[in-house]
Amino acid sequence: MFALDALHLARAQFAFTIGFHIVFPAFSIGLAAYLAVLEGMWLLTGRSVYFDVYQYWLKIFAVVFGVGVVSGLVMSYEFGTNWSVFAYKTGPVLGPLLGYETLTAFFLEAGFLGIMLFGLKRVGRGLHFTASCLVALGTHISAFWILASNSWMQTPAGFKIVDGQFVPTDWLKVIFNPSDPYRFVHMVGAAYLSVALVVGAVGAYHLLRRPANLPARTMFSMAMWMLVAASPLQILAGDAHALNTLRYQPQKVAAMEGDWDPAAPGAGEPLVLFALPDQRRQRNDDEISIPHVGSLYLTHSWSGTIKALKDFPRNELPDVAIVFFAFRLMVGLGLLMLAVGATGLWLRWRRQIYRARWFHRAAVLMGPAGFIAMLAGWTVTEVGRQPYTVWGLLRTADSVSPIGMPGVALSLLAFAIVYLLVFGAALLFLLRLMAAAPATGESGVPQMPQRSAGIVPGPAGATEEQQALGE
Amino acid sequence: MHLASLDLPLIWAALLAFAVLAYVLLDGFDLGVGILFLVEHKAEDRDILIHSVAPVWDGNETWLVLGGGSLFAVFPLAYAVILPALYPAVIGMLLALILRGVAFEFRYRATGYGRRWWDIALCGGSTLAAFCQGLTLGGLLQGIHVVKDAYAGGWWDWLTGFTILCGIALVVGYALLGAGWLIWRTEGPLQERCRNHARTLAIATLGLIVVVSLWTPMLNPRFSHRWFGWPGILLTSPVPILVALVAWGFWQGLARKHHVTPLVCAELLFVLCYIGLGISLYPLIVPPSITIWQAAAPAASQAFLLVGAVVMVPVILAYNAYSYWIFHGKVRTGAHPL
Ligand code: HDD
Ligand code: HEM
Ligand code: HEM
Repeated sequence: MFALDALHLARAQFAFTIGFHIVFPAFSIGLAAYLAVLEGMWLLTGRSVYFDVYQYWLKIFAVVFGVGVVSGLVMSYEFGTNWSVFAYKTGPVLGPLLGYETLTAFFLEAGFLGIMLFGLKRVGRGLHFTASCLVALGTHISAFWILASNSWMQTPAGFKIVDGQFVPTDWLKVIFNPSDPYRFVHMVGAAYLSVALVVGAVGAYHLLRRPANLPARTMFSMAMWMLVAASPLQILAGDAHALNTLRYQPQKVAAMEGDWDPAAPGAGEPLVLFALPDQRRQRNDDEISIPHVGSLYLTHSWSGTIKALKDFPRNELPDVAIVFFAFRLMVGLGLLMLAVGATGLWLRWRRQIYRARWFHRAAVLMGPAGFIAMLAGWTVTEVGRQPYTVWGLLRTADSVSPIGMPGVALSLLAFAIVYLLVFGAALLFLLRLMAAAPATGESGVPQMPQRSAGIVPGPAGATEEQQALGE
Repeated sequence: MHLASLDLPLIWAALLAFAVLAYVLLDGFDLGVGILFLVEHKAEDRDILIHSVAPVWDGNETWLVLGGGSLFAVFPLAYAVILPALYPAVIGMLLALILRGVAFEFRYRATGYGRRWWDIALCGGSTLAAFCQGLTLGGLLQGIHVVKDAYAGGWWDWLTGFTILCGIALVVGYALLGAGWLIWRTEGPLQERCRNHARTLAIATLGLIVVVSLWTPMLNPRFSHRWFGWPGILLTSPVPILVALVAWGFWQGLARKHHVTPLVCAELLFVLCYIGLGISLYPLIVPPSITIWQAAAPAASQAFLLVGAVVMVPVILAYNAYSYWIFHGKVRTGAHPL
């Protein structure tokens, strides 16, 4: 099925590079917000434990952000290298959105990141906190623009077509296109949940080793509150997102549901718990389903129906099995997160939250769940919109650059090698940083020589910072 | 006045040229520091090199994102032709920038053998990125074969004697910028060594500038007419004279042990070469055939982004300057702050 031609290689390359990129920005979006909150709490309450936790996660942020930036740089040129026809046709609409992203977000993040990482001693607490907030703001602005552009491809609006090129007619409609608000809320929610789960896992890991560790308690407690608040909201947002998609991309929802045949009158839509979708024969094998439940969440009625896959021409359908399973993975993990949040709440009420070791073990296991759910969600979105890059208007097969197979294959290989190397190293360093127990008086890397004293400009050591600040 | 009544493609060409120039001047010196990185052997000196650019390199690289992003937005045809044509050079540059970008952070986290590896990645990545940028520049100057608004050349068009020469020139030139930056930001024996590097690199850079400048007009009759014909020569003749003046200033700065003059002169040298390029190319954006007006996006797109650029670019310049100012002064031996 997966013929080896330049088109498929270009798709594989795009999927690989964006899937790699997205993990790091999502981590950055959530972590930057968390860091700003921590520093704010520290300034507000004066409790040094917040500063300790801040320093601990700041080191991790530096690694995550660095990988996010360089992998993003690749993305902004990949439209041209591999998707030049797409770039030529959509440039007038999407280009300005990416341009605004650079002007309003990337420069802001990059400009204040240096101060956030190296500048506490040089600028003082107030300005440093401002820098942390601006970096966090930048990551959200960045998400806003890039999701606006992705959403425009899913639900295009505010344009006309002139000589094959998409030409904007109404920028507000382009930016706030029908799926944009849903996608933005759901994606930012995903970033917060992913980071809450990672922070919770790290806190739990260190509680397992030393239950009295104060910074670990703070992390774990904050993360569990975040799960309680964010996981139900994420599920509600996801439901709203699906209903919106049903209006604009009904094939995608039919694929998510594994719904091949139009429902018999009065039967409603089932909830398919498990099935093996068969694209060629257009049916499910080994299906397990509960009648009517699908109607409940899709149409909010007992016997409402949606369009089924067979209502569309075969060449208008995405790869159903991928969409179907990815969707189940995301939703399943979302429900698990809800369960973890609820359990945390219950244990807190029973005053067991720092003592229940089984729960800490479960929290460690859930550490990567947010990222997995997020990638699954993107797979639903992106595979579900095939065979189009701009929904209904521009086919993926007509988007690709006139580059020969060997060129794309070689570059894919080079990307794979470099990314796996970088990803492997990043993972190693991150795990190492997370395995180090958070300490009170959290400081720099201890083995490193401290900078010679005096009013020497140049990055300052954190220990000195704390001395200077009387911590 | 209505925005759309302006000559938007011309304004955007100028803005885009500014973004690329800002990139070359800023990322040029930090790539240069990377290129010189392995020349210094002592661990403390290497740390100083890194500390001098750690707080600013990310902001510098963002100009490259702005360059690519605006090209996509305001000259989509050029974006869609240039990138496939120079595919291997662009991909090479991106991969190299990944390696050197993560190496900043990773070399602190790695120990022993791992750290050596990331040091090599930092230097190799910087060098390869500079070389690929040179290939890209050369590939653009020598012309791109276009049929019906799409790239129609071969797979190896980007690799010629001329593009390789441009690649080498950019590596050497960036190294010169890096040496200039380090003269400014360091002191003692390290600074002295950087003065020596700068001297050698300046000679090499000037030699390469001469060769590239003589070769470029031969690539395209349009260029040579621009440079040697009338009235273009009125505009072009001051350029070599200014280059000579700046080179003289550079030497004075080195000889009198000034701290910042060498960097300023090296940057001016780049500005002059860049102006020279502009004179050759204008009004082409993809030589030999596509002009800025032919490649332009519709006015609605150009006008929309222009508003953002006019408002944001001054703000960006202001807070970047602030960030440079916060980290001013000599960098001394010290720990990584994290
Ligand atoms: C922590 C991550 C996470 C979790 C727990 C969920 N999602 Fe999600 N989902 C995403 C992260 C995500 C995402 C990565 O952010 C996506 C991809 C693109 C997008 O808009 O959001 C997404 C897409 C996405 C789409 C596709 C929209 C489209 O492309 O048109 C739907 C219908 C849902 N989600 C619905 C849900 C439901 C009903 C959930 C209930 C449990 C859920 N999601 C949990
Ligand atoms: C960030 C998370 C994202 C992931 C994990 C992701 C994943 C994917 C995948 C898997 C494909 C290939 C689909 C297929 O071959 O069936 C794809 C295609 C594509 N995506 Fe995304 N995507 C993401 C976000 C974005 C964003 C933000 C944009 C644009 C701004 C975008 C633009 C595209 C384009 C242009 C394609 C064209 C190639 C194609 O459709 O095959 N994607 N993406
Ligand atoms: C094809 C789509 C995408 C492109 C072209 C792209 C482009 C970029 C670029 C060029 C950078 C580096 C900026 C710098 O130099 O500072 C970057 C970083 C970033 N991107 Fe993406 N990006 C894409 C998808 C996404 C998505 C889907 C999100 C989030 C929803 C996102 C959020 C961010 C954030 C927050 C950063 C800051 C760096 C970090 O947090 O690690 N990007 N992106």
